[in-house]
Amino acid sequence: MELASLFAYLVSFLTFAGIYAVLAMGLNTQWGFTGQFNIGIAGFFAVGAYTSAILTTPESPAYLGGLGMPFAVGLVGATLASALIGLVIGRITAKLRTDYLAIATIGIAEMIRLFIKNEDWLTNGVRGIAGIERPFAGTPLDTPFGYLLVVVAFVVLVYFLLERAYASPWGRVLRAIRENEPATAAAGKSIARFRLQAFVLGAAIMGLGGGLYAHFFGFLSPEAFMPLYGTFLVWVMLIAGGSGNNRGAILGAVVVWGVWTLTELTTDLLPTEYATQAAALRVLLIGVLLQVILVTRPQGILPEKPPKLMATKHKD
Amino acid sequence: MIRIENVSKSFGGLQAVKDVSFEVAQGSITGLIGPNGAGKSTLFNIVAGLFPPTSGRIVLDGQDITGLPTHELFHRGLVRTFQIPHEFSQMTVRENLMVVPPDQSGENLFNSWLRWGQVRKEDARVLERVDEVLDFLEISHVADELAGNLSGGQKKLLDLGRTMMTDAKMVLLDEPGAGVNRTLLGKIREAIRRLNTERGYTFCLIEHDMDLISQLCDPVHVMANGELIASGPMEEIRQNAEVREAYLGGGASGQMGEDA
Repeated sequence: MELASLFAYLVSFLTFAGIYAVLAMGLNTQWGFTGQFNIGIAGFFAVGAYTSAILTTPESPAYLGGLGMPFAVGLVGATLASALIGLVIGRITAKLRTDYLAIATIGIAEMIRLFIKNEDWLTNGVRGIAGIERPFAGTPLDTPFGYLLVVVAFVVLVYFLLERAYASPWGRVLRAIRENEPATAAAGKSIARFRLQAFVLGAAIMGLGGGLYAHFFGFLSPEAFMPLYGTFLVWVMLIAGGSGNNRGAILGAVVVWGVWTLTELTTDLLPTEYATQAAALRVLLIGVLLQVILVTRPQGILPEKPPKLMATKHKD
Repeated sequence: MIRIENVSKSFGGLQAVKDVSFEVAQGSITGLIGPNGAGKSTLFNIVAGLFPPTSGRIVLDGQDITGLPTHELFHRGLVRTFQIPHEFSQMTVRENLMVVPPDQSGENLFNSWLRWGQVRKEDARVLERVDEVLDFLEISHVADELAGNLSGGQKKLLDLGRTMMTDAKMVLLDEPGAGVNRTLLGKIREAIRRLNTERGYTFCLIEHDMDLISQLCDPVHVMANGELIASGPMEEIRQNAEVREAYLGGGASGQMGEDA
């Protein structure tokens, strides 16, 4: 491979990893901080992506809008729409815990995907939405590398906001809920309120990730939001990187996306008659990787670390 | 301080608590004893807001608090501990205590994003109180340890410590002595006594250790088969034939005597 295409490949790889890092941090808010078993990530991802697409593409007779708004409006819209859906789902599932919440969320994510697939007037159905532009059109920043910088900026922003949230009394209550709900209630905290807030924040971040994805890829179709890509990979990233640790979520996204792409490169070299089998084998490989990590490092590459307490002048 | 009025609770066909009434006087350390399955914990859970009674009322300071959820009772000064210690195991001992104080502005997410300085200042104050509590309980040496790594007895102390992080009026202790060695038990006993005399906490505690009950509690209420069968000072309770029978079954005696 010549240098220029290697660079292009690297930029594309890192952009994808960055978008996945945003999704993984969203999941970290729900699962890592609060212990909410959401396996409907793809649903929020899709809501964010489609919202931003509809808001920013030029007007089209085939689907709602597009409204031709700027990139920034698209991303804000993606974040808010996903937060709103998160609020509704969070309220409906308020009483559900662990595997019950998991079943409910995966069901809801599939409903969202099928809705997108079938409601042509809104989303153009299986034909999808094309022509979603990158920001800064007509400037030197309108390049894949420029977009990578945008994605990195959002990874940094989300990381900073979540680190502060984690170290704050708010994050402390979430972790207490994760560890022991009855004791958190006995400490006077409204479990329902904090759980809902964490769920909505996580959903909002996933929606942001969806918006970033839409403008990177330029084309959306319901197939992009199958559970394998939209949900399963994100879970593997968070668990591998270190649940509860934002840096772990980012590292996990880069590492797992790296393994995933490398296997793609490898299977592409195989003769065609083996290629479809190899594709299935990649999923198996990711599963095996997850097993190995869970057995050897159950807390992930970067285990959770309680935050440094804010007051520094201890007696000890 | 707290009045339990004709409280009953049934789960399906099982009547766990039958028409129990008693009062916990302000400033007292009231004991609640009875054999396993007597309904003590169920009654405790009703008072603590885990579930409402089938019938009857709970009155705290003249106000009906029947059916209020646990976190609201906390803000009215009623706090509890658990029979099995309920620590936040992946959090440090300090953090376990820092969770408790009410009205921390940093519990609002936007405050912790936008008014970080104020949040830090408040946390520093909370931390001072945490260190006082750890000193009081003599577990300062494990302050930055993850709570999950503590011994069973230390976890019991930590549970008790959480009740000291708020201005509690009434504390419900569910078997504070269960699974705790003698030395630590003495420490827990002294902590309860000091909280009672120095800070004016009112206690109601379930306990199976008769020594602890007789050293701390007056009066003592006895439950068996969901009913309240006796009330009074421990000396009287020991002599009560019905209580002996409840503990040991038909006609036996002795366990409730001096050796218990």
